[in-house]
Parts: sequence; C-alpha cells; structure tokens
Amino acid sequence: MIIAVASGKGGTGKTTVATSLALSLAAELTPEPLFLDCDVEAPNAHLFLQPAFDQRQEVSILIPSVDEAICTHCGKCAEVCQYHAIAVLGTKTLVFPQLCHGCGSCTALCPEWAISEIPKVIGVLERGVTPEGIPFGRGLMNIGEPMAVPIIRQLKKWAVPRPQQVVIMDAPPGTSCPVVESMRGADFVLLVTEPTPFGLHDLRLAVQVAHDLDVPVGVIINRDCSDDARVDVFCVDADIPILMRVPFERSIAEGIARGQTLIEIHPEYAERLRVMFAEIVERAL
Amino acid sequence: MKIILTTTSPSIDSDVDSRFGRGAYFIVVDPDTLDWQAHPNPGMSAPGGAGTLAAQFVGNQKAEAALSGDFGPHAFAALQAAAVSMYVYGDCRTAREAVERFKAGSLERVGVATRGECEGEHHGPA
Amino acid sequence: MMKQLVILSGKGGTGKTSVAAVFAHLAHDGPQSLRAVLADADVDAANLELVLEPDQTESHDFVGGSVAVIDAQLCQGCGICEQVCHFDAVLAPSSREEHYAYSIDTIACEGCAACVYQCLEEAVHMEAQVVGQWYRSESRYGPLFHAELRPAQENSGKLVTLVKQQARLLALDEGYQAVIVDGPPGIGCPVISAASGADLALIVAEPTAAGIHDMERVLQTTAHFRVPALVCINKADIYPGGAAQIEAYCRERGIEIVGHIPFDMSVTDAMVHGEPVTAWRPETSASRALTDIWQVIADRLNGLEKKDEQNE
Repeated sequence: MIIAVASGKGGTGKTTVATSLALSLAAELTPEPLFLDCDVEAPNAHLFLQPAFDQRQEVSILIPSVDEAICTHCGKCAEVCQYHAIAVLGTKTLVFPQLCHGCGSCTALCPEWAISEIPKVIGVLERGVTPEGIPFGRGLMNIGEPMAVPIIRQLKKWAVPRPQQVVIMDAPPGTSCPVVESMRGADFVLLVTEPTPFGLHDLRLAVQVAHDLDVPVGVIINRDCSDDARVDVFCVDADIPILMRVPFERSIAEGIARGQTLIEIHPEYAERLRVMFAEIVERAL
Repeated sequence: MKIILTTTSPSIDSDVDSRFGRGAYFIVVDPDTLDWQAHPNPGMSAPGGAGTLAAQFVGNQKAEAALSGDFGPHAFAALQAAAVSMYVYGDCRTAREAVERFKAGSLERVGVATRGECEGEHHGPA
Repeated sequence: MMKQLVILSGKGGTGKTSVAAVFAHLAHDGPQSLRAVLADADVDAANLELVLEPDQTESHDFVGGSVAVIDAQLCQGCGICEQVCHFDAVLAPSSREEHYAYSIDTIACEGCAACVYQCLEEAVHMEAQVVGQWYRSESRYGPLFHAELRPAQENSGKLVTLVKQQARLLALDEGYQAVIVDGPPGIGCPVISAASGADLALIVAEPTAAGIHDMERVLQTTAHFRVPALVCINKADIYPGGAAQIEAYCRERGIEIVGHIPFDMSVTDAMVHGEPVTAWRPETSASRALTDIWQVIADRLNGLEKKDEQNE
C-alpha cells in the first residue's frame, strides 16, 4: 500500500501530515511503514522523524564524454541531441552537462563510437531508521543542479519496501515533474490543502495530476477555520472525500515551528490518523 | 573577414538585439565592404540549449567575431571553443553603428560569460 | 537602468506571493514608488493573479518539448525502443489484440528522440505538445505576466524563463524601472530560471524548523548563481527561537536581514479578499512591517542603479 502525500500549494502541511501518519501507523503496524521524503530540493521530514542515517549513495546521471582523438566532427551527435547539450564548434566537440538529459542518443548514434558515457553526480540518497523503527529514505539534490526527477526515481528504486509494508511518500510542492514522479505508482494520493483561494486553486491542479495518473484521491483540510467552504464545495462537486480536518490553531503552528509532529502536540491525532488510514485502504482497493 | 551581430529585424539598420542565444536575427557582415546577409537565429525558438545552437550557427559561418549584448555561459564556452571573439554592444542602437564601433576598436571585448547560468533554457523535467 | 527583483523562499508557503503583491502595490502607490512590471514565475501553482485580480489582455499557447509517438501500423514489435529508452517511457504491447505494437507513456517521455533515431522501421516520430498557457494581464499596479503549466507537465524552467523574458522586454521597451518576480518554491530548475539575471533576491524565510533548513538551501543556491540576497522573516513571532537561528545564520555569512513580519491573520484575510494586505488594511502590524521592508528594497534597487551610473 503506497500513499503519496502531496498538495499543489507549498506550505499546506504535507510533511506535517506525512510524518504524523507514519508515526501513528508505526505504533500499530508490523513492519513499520517505510517513509520516503521525495522533496529532494528542500527535504524536511528528517527534522520531524529524526532518522539515524547509516547508508548513503550518490546519484548520477550519465553524460557523454567525447574522445577527440577519434571524433571526426561530423556533427551527428549535435544533430540528434534534442537539448543542444552537445555541439560541434570548429574542431572541438563540446558537451554541456547542465543541458544533458542523459538519454544516451548521441552515444548510441556516433558513427565513430567516439562517445562514452560518464557519471555526473547530481545528488545523494540517504537511508536510516527513526527511533520508532520507521525505515526512512530521502534524496538530497546538489545545490545548483536543475533536475530533481532522476533523484526521486533512483530513491524509489533504492529504498524498496518489504512485502506488506506500507509506504508513505512525502511529495514536493507543485504539480509538475517531481510531483508526478513522487505520485507515480502510488495506490492513493492524499492531498493536503488549506481553505483559502490559493489552496483551492492549487488543489484543483494537484487533483488533475492524480487523475492523469489514475490514482484515487482524498483530501485533508489543514488550518481549517470554518468560515471558508470553497474547498468543501469543490470536493463535493468533484466527488473527492474529505478524510480529515485539522483546525487552525496557533499552538499547532508553534509546535511545528519547533519541529514537533502533530502527534506530539495533540496525541489524539494518532488514532484519528489510523482511522483515516483504514478508510484510505478501503478506498484504494 | 566576417563578423556576426544579433538584431531584432533582418537588416543592418535594425536595432541590435541584446540576447545572443535568443536574439531574433543574425546579421553576417564583412566590416570592410559592409556587405551583409540576414539569417533567422535558430536558437530563438529552440526549447532548450539556445546558446549552444546559436553558437553552432556562428561557428558554421566561420565568423571571427560575434557582437551581442549578452553571452551566457554555454554560448560563451561554445564560441570560445570555435575561436570566435566576443564583443558587447554597450549603448549601440543599430547594427550599423555597432559595426562602425567595432572597426574603430571601441567595443568592449569580453573574456568571460556576461550572464549567469540559466537565464537561458532548460534542462528538461523540472 | 531596469532592475530585477526575485522573491524566493526554498520552502513553500512562507508568504512569497503575499509579499510580491504588497511590493506591487507599494511600487505603484507608495512613497517609494518604482514603475514595475510583475512576473509570476511559479508556473506550477500561479497564485499572484488571485491577489491582484488583473484583467487578462493576451493569452498564448506554450509549446513544451515534444513527445514520441509510435505508429502502431508500422511497428513490428522488435522492442528496440524499449531497450534504448532511459526513462521507462516505452510500454510493451499488453495483448495480442489487433497488432503487436509498442506505445509511449507520454507522461514519462522526456522527448529525447532516442527511439526515433533507433527504430528500424521509422515508426516513431516526435510531436510538439502544447503544455500550458502564458498570459499578459493588466492589474491595478501594472502589467503582470503569468503562466499555467498543465498539471503533470515538464519544462517549468522554460515557461518560467519565457514569463520573465516577456516581463523584462516590456520593462525595457517602455521604460519601467523594475521587474518584480514572484518566485517558485524549491531550488531546482524553475528557481534557477526565476533567479537568473536578477539583480537582487529577497528570501522570505519562515522561522520554523523546516523553513530554516530550506532557507539555507535557497541561500546556497542564490550564492551559487551569484545573485545578491537579502532575507526577511515572515511569521516571525511564531517561534522566536527560530528567528534567532535565522539571525545567527545570516550574521555569520554577512547576509542582511531587512525586516521581521509578525504573524497576522490580516494577510490571509487580504488574500481571500483579493487585495495585497497593505491595500486592504494598511495599519496592521504586518502591513507596517511590509511597508518598511519595501522601503529598504526600493532603496536598494535604486542604489544599484546609481552604482551602475557611476561605473559608466
């Protein structure tokens, strides 16, 4: 059972919900759920779950390396490259690693076999276990690297769940590629939103992504303050269940600011989250 | 000798275009005879790697110098590899004016990329 | 000389858009006025127009990369495409119904065309895709360029660059003094595109455990790309310990903190009512703090201008 926790809008409480859900399930499930922090640009879940990292692996993409001694400067590589990441200038063939997608086309199509692929490190994967026994995996993108997706992809292949193990994926904000990669393969997408125009606007987009991936969706309304019903109206119209509401409370905001989970601030949420999980399991199947 | 300028319209009397990778047109000029030819810049509408594509065009023209407002890091590296000198327009308005200043030696030659990473184009899924 | 300001945060939800809206308002109506063009560079989740409620004047298709398309009639089922694809975007035939053909997962396809070049039957071609729209709108405070990427699409970076480029060109053509860019969260491609070419970055930091961590990452990113950065602390009284951590971090690195904005529900109320908080309730503590911050930013942008003039 893989649950992706996403939102569309940033700052609605994905990590708060994902980490608290993992903790509430760890108390009752064996094996404990696997937690994957897929926000490789700005990961935060480790601040709340406090894993002890004991394994590390670099993430690389393969970029071309040209043997100038063999290269005839025919320009075929530049012709096939859709990203203009390899160019023939005068008597030199240049590679632009920042533009390269690692697709391997130039390497495969060079008539002289002058190109080989070399790894370029773009980030790192880390694995560990939290004090509650939750296996934790995350990716961390190197500063200045543009692409998050290859790291998320490799994280999912590296931190493989055991049979029957629940997986909780903490997705990044937004609705484009890194979020798609985080949601891909999930059995259920839990969207965390806030009852504001920004929240609703971005919720619609996130719902669209989940629909495109053909994954069922449920919503949690965070910072709920009952005067704004627009999210409720949307969910009813779109036939999306609202699985839980967390009211706006300054004390919750302050606790999270200090790095506390929802369960530490209000222990009764543990049972509420387990009940929600049971409902998710029913809906996903 | 051939030099290349980026312009907003296909004429030597056009206003200069300050962007190299995504400038609208290239004017190829012989600065001595002022014979010129206009070409649309292939980098202008490329989804990514405009700087490298534009630089390849310049390289293929066998120009000795490129004049523009801005050379991003990819364009810079590519032009340097092709041994094309790079100059910036300063406050030139038209391509003709820039050619005259080039001949007079009063345009600034650049030895490093004049723009940071990534004002140009991208890197795919992100 | 036209100056570009980008507003970033690292973490989502720290208040970039609320700050951008305030700056749009004060740049237009405030005592430190600067004629500015606005750009919403968060193309995944473009919210600035929700606060500014502009009238749209132009709308354009945005063509992203292309995706591969396999002609099922020509496909002989050899599977080379699946072998050469680095992105798991080729789907094997699922049943021997009519024709045993491979197909493309268009969401996974990155448009590299490896399959196109290596298909022995020439059964694959690339098709450009309209993956979003970009817009020019007129708000009360000036022109706004914004965009929406269709959900699940790639090429945010390219669309961000396009939005910024349009804003920049208009500003240069019509003599505006500044472009104010509301940036996206994170530190990857869209942020790099948004920050590139900026004369100044304002990081809206949140004094929470997560917010501090992400602020550090985005400051490392602006430093990497050589964009000078200033920091302001939003919801500053939520966790005074956090605010102190931010202050210490910035002090150690010589990064200037230009203001503290207290946690204030008026900001959310203003957003719900479709106005920047300084226009909605100028007397609240958040509004006053934001007004002070704008004065520093405006001075800084003008100061950059003077420095350029001196250098010429």
